[in-house]
Amino acid sequence: MYLGKVIGRVVSSVKDQALEGKKLLLVRRLPNGPAVVAIDAVGAGAGETVYVCRGREAAFAFKPQEVPTEASIVAIIDSIEREL
Amino acid sequence: MIIARVVGNVVATQKQEAHEGKKILLIQPLDLENQPMGDVIVALDAVDAGVGDRVLAVQEGFSAMTSVGHVESPIDAAVVGIVDMVEFA
Repeated sequence: MYLGKVIGRVVSSVKDQALEGKKLLLVRRLPNGPAVVAIDAVGAGAGETVYVCRGREAAFAFKPQEVPTEASIVAIIDSIEREL
Repeated sequence: MIIARVVGNVVATQKQEAHEGKKILLIQPLDLENQPMGDVIVALDAVDAGVGDRVLAVQEGFSAMTSVGHVESPIDAAVVGIVDMVEFA
């Protein structure tokens, strides 16, 4: 998984049927990576720091539904205790 | 697998169920001179690693899931070992 910041959302009315009703959020990989569109699986909102699961496993956040995604937001971060 | 250093702990109360009850570690991949390489990664802990430890991590779903005992769950990275030493031939 990787750290990300929710910087916006994407509206798409014509899309894969399995994406219906899912929130499509724009997430920038921290510290300064690219922005990707990830499906929200935990109720994240704009401005929040989250972490994103990539690849095939991202779809498991929506089991048993088969959702075409390779990026899902799987946690909203409260804090990070960073030492080094 | 990669060699990385644990550089922090992630606290997240609102998360996917499969991530419950597991330490969520922030790890920094290392190159062969133990220097940071690339961005930090979030990985679930399967071996009770702590900040400062040099660890072995898997970055692929199936191995990550099985190491933390949650198959078919949204996990794509896990710490699966603590490195004692790396010996070059």
